[in-house]
Amino acid sequence: MRLLEHIANSRAWRSVFRTGIPESNLERSEVIMNGLFLHVHPVKVRERSLRFSTTFYLGGISFGLFLILIVTGILLMLYYRPSVPQAYHDMKDLQFVVSPGRFLRNMHRWAAHGMVAVVFLHLLRVFYAGAYKPPREFNWVVGVLLFILTLLLSFTGYLLPWDQLSIWAVTIGTNMARATPLIGEKLRFVLLGGNVVGGNALLRFYVLHCVVLPLFLTLGVGIHFWRIRKDGGLK
Amino acid sequence: MNESDERPISRRYFFEAVGCGAVVVSMAGGGVWGWQFLSPNVLFEPSSSFRAGRPEDYPLGAVTFNPQQRVFIVREKEGYFYALSAVCSHLGCIANWRQEEGIIACPCHGSKFARTGEVLTGPAPRPLQRLLIALNEGGELVVDKGTAVGEEQILKV
Repeated sequence: MRLLEHIANSRAWRSVFRTGIPESNLERSEVIMNGLFLHVHPVKVRERSLRFSTTFYLGGISFGLFLILIVTGILLMLYYRPSVPQAYHDMKDLQFVVSPGRFLRNMHRWAAHGMVAVVFLHLLRVFYAGAYKPPREFNWVVGVLLFILTLLLSFTGYLLPWDQLSIWAVTIGTNMARATPLIGEKLRFVLLGGNVVGGNALLRFYVLHCVVLPLFLTLGVGIHFWRIRKDGGLK
Repeated sequence: MNESDERPISRRYFFEAVGCGAVVVSMAGGGVWGWQFLSPNVLFEPSSSFRAGRPEDYPLGAVTFNPQQRVFIVREKEGYFYALSAVCSHLGCIANWRQEEGIIACPCHGSKFARTGEVLTGPAPRPLQRLLIALNEGGELVVDKGTAVGEEQILKV
């Protein structure tokens, strides 16, 4: 403990974390306010809102799953090439040749399924607790957008293994997009980059899955957390 | 200053309007370019038409499924051919010919079609697409999956 105290009071540590070990409530609030990441967090959290039965920790679990998905997803990207001759074999290689590729792929898959389920339960919890009411209306809207992004990530990731299941699932999914009034036909063409689920579609879904959608989701999560603080904490 | 009720357009307002107009025009241009960029002009997809062998290869009254091309070729009676797309009109799964029941059935959501392509049951909103079928100079059947035709178009050989 003496050593930790020594480190926490050293000049180098204090140049990064200005506050040091907080001893008063004021210093504790300063820890929150002085950091880029923590300043998004509410300064004060009521004990009641930390109880499991208040939130079931569903938002926190969603975020944890998202972090797992980022880490495992980046690792999977190192062995996966999004092109027609390679994608399926790269996926198989990840399962049978790369160690511990099977573990990472399964982790990505289960975390993805889990995230869809937990985000849904999170919305349900917020709905039944009436936590969407003023002043939290906007954060509810952000939350719904995050749920849609989660579903889109799940859908775009579905194509990447490039097996029969994914090709037919995306054939069906993009045929649903075709039912959009007026622009349906064009929308499907642009989404797939062609008329069939082929190489262009695979590349497009890969870019959406690995760059575009995670970028928007990260931005949305930032706004979502910051609004919790601005709207007066958890409910 | 003039005496009328109309406010003269100030220099500041004029430049604001020009500036906002320029932003709107360039954003619209960016939107059009973006859409064009996302719509490929050249596709490397398989050709939509294929040769399907000689008419006499098809037994009388048979529905023949071509799994590579996903097309049913039906020889209804002597010299009476039509081609049906096997792509289900509901959500695009490939329907199968069931010989024993004499129907075409989709495995995904249970749509059923008659051998003419008519919807019998299920969520499918439209009959199966009839495709253009013709004879080439060599006397072979040629089907074009890119060209839909009406039910009245029958190939008579």
